[in-house]
Amino acid sequence: MTILSPTSIDEAVAALADPAIQVLAGGTDFMVEVNAGHRRPDKVLSLRHIPELRTWEQLPARDDPAHVRLGATVTYTDMLQPDLAQLLPALAHAARTVGSPQIRNAGTIGGNLATASPAGDTLPVLAALEAVVEVASPLGVRDIPVATFITGPKRTALSPGELIVAVRLPLLDGHQEFRKIGVRNAMVIAVASLALAVDTRTRTVRCALGSVGPGPIRATEAEEWLAGTIDWDRPAATTEAPDLAYFGRLVAGAAQPIDDHRGTAAYRRHAIGVLAERAAAQAFGAGSAA
Amino acid sequence: MSDIATTHATKGTIGENASRPDGGPKVRGEFAFSGDLWADGMLWGRTLRSPHPAARIIAIDIAAALRIPGVHAVVTAADLPASVNYGLEWRDQPVFATDVVRYVGEPVAAVAADHPEAARQACEAIDVQYEPQVPLLDPAEAAAAPPIHPDGNVFRQLTIRTGDPSARGPIVVEGAYEVGMQDQAFMGPEAGLAIPADDGGIDLIVSTQWLHNDRLQVAECLGLAPEKVRLSLGGVGGAFGAREDVSLQIHACLLAQRTARPIKIVYSREESFLGHVHRHPARIWMRHSAEADGRLVSFEARILLDGGAYRSSSYHVVANATCFSAGPYKVENALAEGIGVRTNNPPCGAMRGFGAVQVCFAHEAQMDKLAEACGVDPVEIRLRNALATGDRLLTGQVIEGTLPVARVIREAAALPLPPSPEIADPMTRPGGAGRTADAAHVRRGIGFAVGFKNLMYAEGYMDGSAARCRLSDGLATVTCAAAEVGQGFVTLAQQIARTVLGVEDVLLAPADTSIGSAGSSSASRQTWMSGGAVEKACQAVRAALLQHVADRHGIDPAQLTITDGRVTSTDARDSIDLAVADAAPGVVFEEEVEYHHRITHPLDDDGQGDAHVSLVCAAHRAVVDVDPDLGLIRVVQVATAQDVGRALNPLQVLGQIEGGIAQGLGLATMEELTLRNGRILNPSFTDYLIPTALDMPEVLATLVEEPEPGAPFGAKGVGEPPTISSTPAIVAALRAATGKALNRVPVRPQDIALGDGE
Ligand SMILES: Cc1cc2nc3c(=O)[nH]c(=O)nc-3n(C[C@H](O)[C@H](O)[C@H](O)COP(=O)(O)OP(=O)(O)OC[C@H]3O[C@@H](n4cnc5c(N)ncnc54)[C@H](O)[C@@H]3O)c2cc1C
Repeated sequence: MTILSPTSIDEAVAALADPAIQVLAGGTDFMVEVNAGHRRPDKVLSLRHIPELRTWEQLPARDDPAHVRLGATVTYTDMLQPDLAQLLPALAHAARTVGSPQIRNAGTIGGNLATASPAGDTLPVLAALEAVVEVASPLGVRDIPVATFITGPKRTALSPGELIVAVRLPLLDGHQEFRKIGVRNAMVIAVASLALAVDTRTRTVRCALGSVGPGPIRATEAEEWLAGTIDWDRPAATTEAPDLAYFGRLVAGAAQPIDDHRGTAAYRRHAIGVLAERAAAQAFGAGSAA
Repeated sequence: MSDIATTHATKGTIGENASRPDGGPKVRGEFAFSGDLWADGMLWGRTLRSPHPAARIIAIDIAAALRIPGVHAVVTAADLPASVNYGLEWRDQPVFATDVVRYVGEPVAAVAADHPEAARQACEAIDVQYEPQVPLLDPAEAAAAPPIHPDGNVFRQLTIRTGDPSARGPIVVEGAYEVGMQDQAFMGPEAGLAIPADDGGIDLIVSTQWLHNDRLQVAECLGLAPEKVRLSLGGVGGAFGAREDVSLQIHACLLAQRTARPIKIVYSREESFLGHVHRHPARIWMRHSAEADGRLVSFEARILLDGGAYRSSSYHVVANATCFSAGPYKVENALAEGIGVRTNNPPCGAMRGFGAVQVCFAHEAQMDKLAEACGVDPVEIRLRNALATGDRLLTGQVIEGTLPVARVIREAAALPLPPSPEIADPMTRPGGAGRTADAAHVRRGIGFAVGFKNLMYAEGYMDGSAARCRLSDGLATVTCAAAEVGQGFVTLAQQIARTVLGVEDVLLAPADTSIGSAGSSSASRQTWMSGGAVEKACQAVRAALLQHVADRHGIDPAQLTITDGRVTSTDARDSIDLAVADAAPGVVFEEEVEYHHRITHPLDDDGQGDAHVSLVCAAHRAVVDVDPDLGLIRVVQVATAQDVGRALNPLQVLGQIEGGIAQGLGLATMEELTLRNGRILNPSFTDYLIPTALDMPEVLATLVEEPEPGAPFGAKGVGEPPTISSTPAIVAALRAATGKALNRVPVRPQDIALGDGE
């Protein structure tokens, strides 16, 4: 087995011209597949020694709104650091639900995207925030919105030889959060998860669901109903509370859950509605943040 | 403590929190588990297993496998030189399937290759032609179904009848309960190294619970005299019953015999789930009747246990489940029927609690129903019915030893409750790191449960353990084949030797078959049986030492004692005061003994008889926070009082209590092997969930010490009670918080949130 360990993105991209090469980031999905005998790499391209990929920056607000650009090998532990967590609170919540400390130290956002598991925990957040994935290949660089990046369960729009370089997420102004249901209280695959983000400037609500469909699902009808129902000009506490149970039902209606050994479709649909109602109550209920 | 006491007293004796000899290496990651075994020139063994729950084998073609470079041998049933069947208690299980396979995961062939990858490819290249049959999967149909094995489909049917089962009290409660298939889920998968020896025999290093029983089965199947099969214990990463049955032992030894090379086999996590027995899933019906004040009048039970394809220990699990089905309560009129059946599901056998766990879930739910029907507090109703010394079990046996049921109930109930939920950190709410619940969504419930079971084997089994003690210039060496599976026998053996001999330096020889059997590390029996053997061997050495000193001084040895590490005379005029280390310079004392417990008897046709050696009980109170809308759970606290006889090492007892509660919590809320068409859907730690630190509650424990007459040092086994009543206590708390019936464990989120399974 050959292992390449480039120190720059350019070198990595050049190496990807070899179709046999397989990209290794934190290895927390990759090595599981190797150990299970499902993946037998001959050539591995490790991203560990590319410092540019491990950094993040806040892009100047030239174009409104401002963005954060996360390198592909930013880890869950990085997302939990206070400076980043305060910019992207829902992403930090999602990061905290991932695995154990060891997994959070190794696992990366690029790996989560490339794996594209229906239960990938950053994916609902990226979908709700309408993040854009930056991809590079020997042919050049392109931007892919998350909504089109994930094409199905464990399927992406990534072409052979393409490297995820970064993810750009807009900085919204308003409450955001992520909730995840699992059968135990930590280190568990999501049975259902939900990201909610409010943007008071555009007066929009974004809500994306995880583990209740082939990929993250935007509950657009529910989003629009809620955005249209709340009174954006007055503090939540002084207005009549919107019918958040109805919001929950709309969200549940958007889910496309299946029965499997981790949970029933009926429970997933029910639970996603409960999560939606609770998240919206935090955002818009009496005494809420927005 | 006075100066004299500190200089003279022997440290690390009985009753102290002596530290484990293997503790440091384990914590530092230096302990060699059996998966770390290595020998020069060794080959890797691998097992090919059945993908079908029931199928006829039409043909097996190994030619392609043998052609793969690096493959040294492929063996099937046809290669077995002697017995083709094995089994823990009864040889009904083929080493390799011959004409039929009876469960998904049944071994069909094994290969040896110079690399694990070659071994894997070889397994893939073996061409087995199966003709799938309709599997027998519903245990309720098994007894009446056509036999799927020459021995029939019923492992045991046991009826216990006592008093007048038609007697009725005015209050009647009835219920049907179900327990899912739990796995022991130990951390260190099955592993072993078989080395062919020059004398034609085999040396096998393996992680097991019972070296000598493995040896017998290996010897039978390899056609070797038992002395030619020498086993020694590899580092064991947990057992909980799953290492009682042979797994890779015979396969590895056969391959070693065939290839004349050392063979290493290590199971993957998935193969581990397929390669060992599980806890019997159970369907249980019970009806209790009582006087208006809650005192029991009658008890009826029907217990159905799915034993899967082979017998393993099903025969005795049925006995335990039936004998202890009423719980630790007095009831004069009873009819309890237990049956264990054969199906094409994965084989089930021993797991911590051994039959008592399943029935405890049912009888404790019934006691709560009864409490409600009578308008009596759940703790009070248990006190009113608590068994005590002098009472009779369902089997008619009079309890002669200690059984402080009322005391464990009172002590557990008296432990302090945790602070109220409002002040909790969001991470400690139901849903944990997923932050699913806000404070207002959480409801708290409290539940109580009591359980009991026997210690040691039962029904006339002649149980024994052998130990040897050697003392030379103050250094004691103890030899015993008891398998250290994590329980801390190695610590206790040292503590016992120090206590009896008054020396601090105690070495433990490796556990192997060079000495007689110690029996299995199961049934909460090693502290009693092998602890008893070690005590007896040390006492024999002590007597020999005192005789030696007495002879030298021309006095009666009865006048000599060992106190605080010194040999002294009770008669002050003798002025003998010698450190044990200096008492007999250059002399070696060595004694080997066998220890037996008192005799028990079989059960008669009415399930009556003095079948059990000793009994043990514990009570658990669980405080649980629930998010009823999502069905998520956080167990906040489990308080327990446990009957320990005497705590020989209180810290180790606490370790057993905390671990047992974790396993009980697992069964209550998450641990289940789910099957579809006889296939395990979740043979991985991704999907077979066991509790994490964020699931584990605060544990408060009171050790109730009432020394057991006849037991070495008065100590009872402590391994099993923590798993028995912790599960029902947690589920009772869930019922209290949600008002749901929750008649099945593990309780799934949808059971609470949507009332599934009601
Ligand atoms: C015990 C355990 C618990 C886990 N818990 C969770 C959980 O709770 N939630 C969750 O969402 N996930 C979980 N995971 C899965 C995993 O940790 C995440 O998906 C993680 O984000 C993967 O990132 P990685 O850096 O480890 O990727 P790797 O394993 O290195 O790679 C995964 C895949 O992505 C590709 N890849 C990686 N980086 C790039 C890139 N920059 N460009 C192109 N392709 C790339 C690789 O080729 C590979 O196909 C868990 C895994 C384990 C082992």
